[in-house]
Amino acid sequence: MNSPAGAQNSNWALVFACWLLACVSTLGSLFFSEVMGYPPCVLCWYQRICMYPLVLILPIGLFPFDRKVVRYAAPLSLLGALIAVFHLLLVAGYIPESIKPCVQGVPCSDVQIEWFGFVTIPLLSGLSFMLITALLLVAHRRSSE
Amino acid sequence: MKQKHLVIVSAVFLLLAFAAAALLYQNRKSDAAAQAYQRDKSTFVRAHSPVLGNPAAKVDVVEFFDPACETCKEFSPFVKKLMAAHPDKIRLYARYAPFHQGSDQVVKMLEAAKRQGKFWETLDAVFAAQSSWAAHHRPQPELVWNYIGGVGLDIARIRQDMASPEIEKIIQQDLADAKTLNVKATPEFFVNGKPMPSFGYDQLKRLVDEAVAAAY
Repeated sequence: MNSPAGAQNSNWALVFACWLLACVSTLGSLFFSEVMGYPPCVLCWYQRICMYPLVLILPIGLFPFDRKVVRYAAPLSLLGALIAVFHLLLVAGYIPESIKPCVQGVPCSDVQIEWFGFVTIPLLSGLSFMLITALLLVAHRRSSE
Repeated sequence: MKQKHLVIVSAVFLLLAFAAAALLYQNRKSDAAAQAYQRDKSTFVRAHSPVLGNPAAKVDVVEFFDPACETCKEFSPFVKKLMAAHPDKIRLYARYAPFHQGSDQVVKMLEAAKRQGKFWETLDAVFAAQSSWAAHHRPQPELVWNYIGGVGLDIARIRQDMASPEIEKIIQQDLADAKTLNVKATPEFFVNGKPMPSFGYDQLKRLVDEAVAAAY
């Protein structure tokens, strides 16, 4: 149904959207730590390790468009999503105290921000990673068809 | 080509939005701090806090300091110059934040000197000799005695007062307030409750100038 050029364009747009999400998440996390002064906990740092490289890797795949970019970016976003889910379970109390990985600095179960009563930092992170992963998978599917 | 522009424009837009949000947030926070200060000054200034300047001044500069901190010593003449630039409009409050190992002993000396009405003179002597008793961030409080002879203190009484539990309590109170106010490094200044947006002489001068302009 789509011409090859049209398909490539819409895949480009998907990866571009992923890049925008990664940028907003990166700047958002820097705003929390550098402007608002909330120290990031250990799990937050692991999520940052997965998020920040996307800001650089994704645009390299955009110029010129390389459909393989999904293969380089998806492991990061998938791992980030897993850590965010773990973090959310920890905050919600589903994961017992004893296997909390963070002992120094800020406890990961601390809730530093709660907008509208349910939006926390790990929730924002998890949504962002999952959305990026989903968009990358759609782009991958379409380009391999 | 159009795609390239899209990415560049997005990046510039996001960075500008970040900078604008940061600026807005800083301003809001600073206003909130000033309002909190007007409502309740107790964490900023305690009844025991040494004060310098006109008691009726409308601009309060609260300084958390450590006698062994080099930057505190360097700020000291600068703060006095600011006070001289706005005569009778500024009160300076000293708060203790002895973060260096051993400098709490020096704070005890200062607090004991305060009982003899010679806090600021003693502080000047302590700062003047700082490089001799606190070289390389390793304070040696026992050396300070060699440098405060010229102030005219009753040294025997200082030694006696230093052991008093009230003085220990004052230090603990100041350290607790420093923690509440998120003071992590010295010197930290609050001008009518507002912290410096970033550290530096000019930032402090601007805060003081603004506060004086607003109050007078």
